[in-house]
Amino acid sequence: MPMAGTAALRAAADRWLFRVTGPEAAPIRLVQRRIFVLPTGAGIGFACVLLVMLIASINYNLSLGHALVFLLAGSAAASMLHAFRNLFGLAIRPGRCAPVFCGDTVNFQVLVANPHARRRPALRLSALGQSVTFEAAAGDETAVGLPCPSMRRGWLTMGRSVIETRWPLGLIQAWSVFVPDVRCLVFPAPEPDPPALPTGGDGAREARARKGEGDDDFAGLRAHRTADSPRHVAWKVLARGGPMLTKQYAGAEGRELVLDWDALDPGLDTESRLSRLCAWVLQAEARGLRYALALPGMRSPCATGSAHRDRCLERLALFAHAGDAA
Amino acid sequence: MWLPGWISVVCALLLTWRGLLLWQGSRPPPRALLLVITLALAVGVRIEFGHFFGKDPGVALLALLLGLKLLETQAARDIRAGVLLCLFLQLAIFFEDQSLPVAALALCGTLLALGALIALVDPAARLGAQLRGAASLLAQGLPFMLALFLLFPRIQGPLWGLPADAFSARTGLSDTMTPGSISALGTSPAIAFRVRFEGTPPAQNQRYWRGPVLTAYDGRTWRARPARESDTPFYTPSGARIDYALTLEPHNQRWLLALDYPGEAQPKARYSHDFLALSPRPVQTRTRFTLSAYPSTPTGLAEDAATLAAATRLPPGSNPRSAALAAELAAGTRSHAETLARVIAHLRATPLRYTLQPPLLGSHPADDFLFETQSGFCEHFASAFVVLMRAAGVPARVVTGYQGGEINPVDGYLVVRQSDAHAWAEVWLAGRGWVRVDPTALAAPERIDDGMASALAADSALPLLLRADMRWLRDLRHQWEAVSNAWNQHVLGYNPERQRELLERLGLSGRGIAALVALLAAAVLAIFLALFAWATWRRRPRDPLQKAWARFCRKLGRAGLARARWEGPADYGNRIAAALPDQAQALREICATYARLRYGPPCAASALRALNKRIDGIRLQ
Repeated sequence: MPMAGTAALRAAADRWLFRVTGPEAAPIRLVQRRIFVLPTGAGIGFACVLLVMLIASINYNLSLGHALVFLLAGSAAASMLHAFRNLFGLAIRPGRCAPVFCGDTVNFQVLVANPHARRRPALRLSALGQSVTFEAAAGDETAVGLPCPSMRRGWLTMGRSVIETRWPLGLIQAWSVFVPDVRCLVFPAPEPDPPALPTGGDGAREARARKGEGDDDFAGLRAHRTADSPRHVAWKVLARGGPMLTKQYAGAEGRELVLDWDALDPGLDTESRLSRLCAWVLQAEARGLRYALALPGMRSPCATGSAHRDRCLERLALFAHAGDAA
Repeated sequence: MWLPGWISVVCALLLTWRGLLLWQGSRPPPRALLLVITLALAVGVRIEFGHFFGKDPGVALLALLLGLKLLETQAARDIRAGVLLCLFLQLAIFFEDQSLPVAALALCGTLLALGALIALVDPAARLGAQLRGAASLLAQGLPFMLALFLLFPRIQGPLWGLPADAFSARTGLSDTMTPGSISALGTSPAIAFRVRFEGTPPAQNQRYWRGPVLTAYDGRTWRARPARESDTPFYTPSGARIDYALTLEPHNQRWLLALDYPGEAQPKARYSHDFLALSPRPVQTRTRFTLSAYPSTPTGLAEDAATLAAATRLPPGSNPRSAALAAELAAGTRSHAETLARVIAHLRATPLRYTLQPPLLGSHPADDFLFETQSGFCEHFASAFVVLMRAAGVPARVVTGYQGGEINPVDGYLVVRQSDAHAWAEVWLAGRGWVRVDPTALAAPERIDDGMASALAADSALPLLLRADMRWLRDLRHQWEAVSNAWNQHVLGYNPERQRELLERLGLSGRGIAALVALLAAAVLAIFLALFAWATWRRRPRDPLQKAWARFCRKLGRAGLARARWEGPADYGNRIAAALPDQAQALREICATYARLRYGPPCAASALRALNKRIDGIRLQ
């Protein structure tokens, strides 16, 4: 029960004190009502030491002892405002966040702008149980990457994030809670050792094509389309000053590969199916094949290129995650 | 310095060891070894002090622990603990010395301690930036310190019984005197007490500060006899009155060294039967007393027989030649006063010499002094004189204390040093009571009128600062001592009474702690608000290039060629070049340079300097 108690307390604090709701509109400015200040463990230890020193000073009538204790206490109090000032005025914007395969490390990126003429040292950004230390240079915007392990496919949102600092003395901690609009798409993990690409119902046509021209034989050039893989661009032609052309391969030409959910081994569960389809999409794209993805209730057009691949992977990532698709 | 020698050596060794480890980058010694060393050192401290409780063993342990802690320091936690130990040790220094230089040292130590804490949190910053950060924290801590120092409700310590060693080893007068046992008088310049007179200070030869009165004599050593005490003086103060405030350095004795003869005292003092003003407890902290003196008060008019008997007792068989001389001088006199006059006349006729390095005296010190060596300082004079008087049947005793003192021209305080320690005599005459006689004045009147330096031959080895020809050095010392005195009076002497006085001056008397707490809260809040305003005050980064360009535009603006808001640097350059054809080239180049630096890659400091120089080079009628 105590766990549930602290969780409830934290949720209440998030609601009432930090006013954490959904993702906030960028830029998130750290104004004074967003910044909170409390002593750290080291700060409490320091206070205890000061108390002992004060008692000693009173007992031995040490005027300078009083002065020393008061000076240290005053400096610690001033450090509270230094810590506050170290966060004050920062503006946080979401940064780019490249999709990853499940199990890889997500690199959440936020951009922390420091509009003031002094550097902000010893800042710490934490979210999802991970944290990273950085500093924001004067009058500059710093890209901060927060590496996070990805556990499941779908959208991974950065969510409730905390930026904090213990600068200057480590006795006082100033922090601010915010929810940046940063999320990362996590594709299903590709199956490590997938079976060969399916031949399926269109097998006969494919077999014929394969027999005649062989795999990946160069067959000619055509005008470049945006969706074409950069791997197939005729860079040599381009380098000579020619137009941007795409190399066509005979092996790829005739093939109409359909990666079909329903054609998979019925013994596989959903995640395994998605993993296999993911591996196949990557394989087909690597070999420059034209492929289509068929999932229950939808079917993608047959195409090739990185944009097509990403669309297919996104479908796989968000499969049966109706709520996350938005 | 204040630690036993071996502990200082061990601390130095531990620090050296740590330094070597740092230098070689090797790993700290194993825990087990450190534990063994710690135990061994603890046993050493136990043997040295006999116990662990109290100030001295505590400080020694603290110093050793700090050395050991530094040896095993690795994590940030250890460093923090080390810094805290340093602060404790800093406090320990104040047990021994709270002077201005030590305060300055402590300030530097605190700066370094805060710098170390900053370095822990922000290791990327340069050392200078870390120290600047520490300095700004200290500067902002200062107002808090002032408010707390003045307004934090002060409690007079101690809160509990002090360990016995709290105030050991103080120098000063003692309650015994053995003339001839030492061959050189200490001429310590340490300050015994400071005095501020309400009106004109009495003349130098009237400033007798009374210390222990020595009546018992065993032929060599004079000792004080236990005297009765009372809350009121054993005489009725009368005659002219001198008011003064005396700030006594702690000497761990009860006597206040009041000017003869004390009347009232604040805080309350006790009065002894031999006319001393006494503090109820030994004076262990620098304390200020407000006193009044009645120099012409008759004392001891009705002295009791026991006291007079004790004041005429001489050990049988000692100083026979002096006794014979006294008998000869006293023969045929009708009164004690007449005897006194004869003795004084005799001493005046004897060629006695005042010196700080007298020869040692034998088993009849008064005889040796009066008839053989004939040289000595105040103890010899006073002792021999009292022996003569007693031998002549006149009650007499030795009084020790301080005589004279020096007025500091900077702040007007009279400073009395250990080197002003003096011994004189008192003689009891029927109808007049106790009368002060200073036998030293008979041989060396300058000692009493002008101080020790003038009483000695010019070639005597006097400490540098006592010599008359070291004028500038003395001036410097006056300045320094005035500063120290102000420090003592206002900073170190700030105590619950002073705090009450401050409240009274603020018109808040009688409100006590509540008023203090309210004032303190208000002050701290005000400082916080000021700091908050500072923290939220936004300084836009000033772009130096923009600044240079604005300066250029203003300069031309004064010549009637202000830049229009819509004008880019190229257009503006063309326009002003056309208007000022003699400088067209330079103006165009400045505008082009600005445009290049503004819109090109980040501009280098050297390019900016060159641009500023060219802008300075433009001359407009």
